[in-house]
Amino acid sequence: MTLWIAIAVTAVGCYALKFAGLAAPRRLLDHPAVRRFAMTVPVALLAALVAVQTFSDGGAALTADTARLAGVAAAAAALLLRAPFLVVVAAAAGTTAALRALGIG
Amino acid sequence: MRDALGIGLAVGVSGVAFGTASVAAGLTVAQTCALSLLAFTGASQFALIGVVAGGGNVIAGAAGALLLGARNTLYGLRLADVLGWRGARRGLAAHGVIDETAAASFAQRTPAEARTAFTATFAALFVFWNATTLAGALATERVGDTSAFGLDAVGPAIFLALLWSRLREGRRTRLVAGAGAVVALAGVPVLPPGVPVLIAAAAALIGPGPEAPEAPQASAGAPADAPGTDHGGDGAGGGTGDGADTGVRP
Repeated sequence: MTLWIAIAVTAVGCYALKFAGLAAPRRLLDHPAVRRFAMTVPVALLAALVAVQTFSDGGAALTADTARLAGVAAAAAALLLRAPFLVVVAAAAGTTAALRALGIG
Repeated sequence: MRDALGIGLAVGVSGVAFGTASVAAGLTVAQTCALSLLAFTGASQFALIGVVAGGGNVIAGAAGALLLGARNTLYGLRLADVLGWRGARRGLAAHGVIDETAAASFAQRTPAEARTAFTATFAALFVFWNATTLAGALATERVGDTSAFGLDAVGPAIFLALLWSRLREGRRTRLVAGAGAVVALAGVPVLPPGVPVLIAAAAALIGPGPEAPEAPQASAGAPADAPGTDHGGDGAGGGTGDGADTGVRP
């Protein structure tokens, strides 16, 4: 039940955020500080998500799952090589799965 | 139109990843599909289920999802002029304001072309994202334990792909990313799941940075705002397509 509430809040909130942009007075964007903070927040959040989802299982302990670490590293390598999105995702899952099949991590 | 289909396909891959990750996290197939249909912004969806997977506070998860979704407001501010829609049409279009549709629209030369690009991209993404979410969710429901497939590496990989193009913007951006990651990791052992990622947003306050060089770039437009979007030229950055958003994202 709580989960449904969270889903509803996320859905309604995400729509409201999108709609607010289309309907808001445009001069909001004219504040450089507002614009800069808003542009930068996703960078901080995405980096945090990468770190947390790589080094934890969602709980309160930091973990280093070898197979998962290797998968994320493979994704980084694919990005460095300018691989398309599909390849990046496949590299991550494929590497992790292969290592687990070998009994690692 | 062909571009829209290409983006749709790329996003479809993230849709499968989202469907599988979501059911693996403990959501039902219905909950998973409801998120893709109604939230329709991939990065936020992944953020929410990431918290659920850890048995974390779902309110913190929803808050994180909304913070990530705030960038769609910025797209909307700029799209409002380009699309020029009002009333019901604007209400419907709002649902499609995401990384990929914004990037596709800003890449056009005339407002008419932009409206066409927006509509085509929105339609293609909506269909692909939801269909592939359902497929991934159903498949995972049957298989059960999916850890053998390495899907737990897909979430971070998608976020990394979305982040990648932004890291090339300059030193301040990389500093913010590094600080965000460190703050979040430091918070994991002491804070409820979901909260560490939230407080990492404070890293965005770092430094005045080079104000002058950044301003013109920002006003110049779309590409800078569209992490992970790929249309046309930029293979690496784009591909990441924010599926997250959609793909990962819509």
